[in-house]
Amino acid sequence: MKILVVDDELDMQTLFEQRFRREIRSHEMDFAFAHSGEEALSFLKTHVHEAVLILSDINMPGMSGLELLKEIKGNFHEPPPVVMMITAYGDPENYNQAIKLGADDFLTKPIDFTVLKDKLKSIH
Amino acid sequence: MSAAALISIILIIYLHKTLKDSPDAPPWVRYLRFAWIPLMILSFTFESMKVRSIFDFIWIGLMLFLLSFILKRREFSNSRSLLVAVLPLAILSFITAFLNVWNFEIIEKINSYIEIAYPFAFIWLGAYLIIYRKQKKTLAKERQKLEEEERLNKVIAARKDELENLVTERTAEITKQKEELQNTLVELTATQGQLIHSEKMASLGELTAGIAHEIQNPLNFVNNFSDVNTELIAEMEEAIRQGNIEEVKAIANDIRDNNSKITHHGKRADAIVKGMLQHSRTSTGQKEPTDINALADEYLRLAYHGLRAKDKSFNTSYETHLDPQLPKINVIPQDFGRVILNLFNNAFYAVAERKKKEATGYKPNVILTTRRIRDQIEIVVADNGGGIPHNILDKIFQPFFTTKPTGQGTGLGLSLSYDIVTKGHGGNLRVETQEGEGTKFIISIPLRQNAQTQA
Ligand SMILES: Nc1ncnc2c1ncn2[C@@H]1O[C@H](COP(=O)(O)OP(=O)(O)OP(=O)(O)O)[C@@H](O)[C@H]1O
Ligand SMILES: [Mg+2]
Repeated sequence: MKILVVDDELDMQTLFEQRFRREIRSHEMDFAFAHSGEEALSFLKTHVHEAVLILSDINMPGMSGLELLKEIKGNFHEPPPVVMMITAYGDPENYNQAIKLGADDFLTKPIDFTVLKDKLKSIH
Repeated sequence: MSAAALISIILIIYLHKTLKDSPDAPPWVRYLRFAWIPLMILSFTFESMKVRSIFDFIWIGLMLFLLSFILKRREFSNSRSLLVAVLPLAILSFITAFLNVWNFEIIEKINSYIEIAYPFAFIWLGAYLIIYRKQKKTLAKERQKLEEEERLNKVIAARKDELENLVTERTAEITKQKEELQNTLVELTATQGQLIHSEKMASLGELTAGIAHEIQNPLNFVNNFSDVNTELIAEMEEAIRQGNIEEVKAIANDIRDNNSKITHHGKRADAIVKGMLQHSRTSTGQKEPTDINALADEYLRLAYHGLRAKDKSFNTSYETHLDPQLPKINVIPQDFGRVILNLFNNAFYAVAERKKKEATGYKPNVILTTRRIRDQIEIVVADNGGGIPHNILDKIFQPFFTTKPTGQGTGLGLSLSYDIVTKGHGGNLRVETQEGEGTKFIISIPLRQNAQTQA
């Protein structure tokens, strides 16, 4: 399964690669990284046919995670990819908006990777 | 009528006229007003009598008395000429009186000469009286003139006093006003200090949310990477047990990498806390060689996340074009940080406002650029917000000028920034703007006077 991680923090990539080293090595999971909403959209355009799960930060400069979510859920083929939102601000406002826009799940930073791993595996 | 009688009458009239208004005149002077009437009658009565010569002496006596009286009084000091006028007649009457006592032959002869002298004496008297009157008139005129002058002088002196009083009064007033103004100035300076302080605190308040976010992120990394390392160490032990040296080496490499990430993010959080402390402390006023790229970048993030945290709907992209070759320059970091923060806050505010008005198709963006241009460095904060209207462009650097809704902006941001850049650092802060296009604020700091040029 291809998982696209969208976060403006560059070290998020290293962290995911370390945390999921076993899954990556066993090709159980395949990660791609984008550092902005715009980058994520262009990635999705070129990888239309791959089964994709998206993990996106909300708070990014430029296109925010919520805008990205809206784009994905509105414009992409059926069935739309699964989108999980991750945010540093665990406030109800962000949560409600994410759910309204069709987010499949909602996590707060700091990411609990054990929980995340379980969730990803259950989708798998 | 004898000459002595005539002179006496003239003198009495004159005496009365001159002395009637004098305060220290003897009381009998008052009775002299009509004295000439009985004297006239007496004189004519004596004339018809045979004993005339004896009465002549009475007249002469009266005349002498009057003359001596007039000579003594100071009121007549300027009318001695009157005496000269009557003198010939007086002498003649004297001689006549004496001659009348002795009835000799020759005396008859002398008498006839004297008779001839009389008219001349009268003419003398008349002429003198006329001259005297004229003199008196001129004198009176002159006195009047003098009096007028004196009066004028008095008026002038009074005026002068008045003016002097006025001047003293005004001076006192002005001194009082000056003191009041000085007090006001002291108060204003104190108020200004408070305002500058509260402006700093307000911008610190805006920062706190950004700071919280900016600290949370590196801390998350620190926690996550150290968790990973714990896992990796367990895996490494497993690999050692299996004797898989290659795997052990790979894991050790990862642990080292992660550790440097932990250090990196730890330092990042540290720098933010230090920066925040620095911002809240009163400026030391000490210039230190500063990495402007790092400073500007940090404040850009703080400003951005601060606004984000306050207003969830706010979002904008930002870019940095930092010249890696930029030399360190000597600045007061707290003050310079404030300037940059103010410019970022303004830029983010401008793009956010524009976005509220233009719902779709508008992509807010803020660009931070640093560069070296010959002997100065430039820090440019550019936004694609609404721009600054022409008619307020010359006001934006004035203290308290703000277009923000009341209560939202102090209007001190740019004026403080301008002072810090120009007075504090010998630099320049200028603005380029185009309505509907955006705004650029350009800070330039000369390198030369800065003395610190190595990178
Ligand atoms: N980047 C910008 N784009 C458009 N207008 C600006 C920009 N920067 C400043 N201005 C104008 O200049 C005014 C003065 O700015 P200044 O920073 O001194 O005060 P303020 O931002 O209004 O208040 P405060 O800084 O206290 O929040 C602003 O109110 C705004 O009208
Ligand atoms: Mg401002």
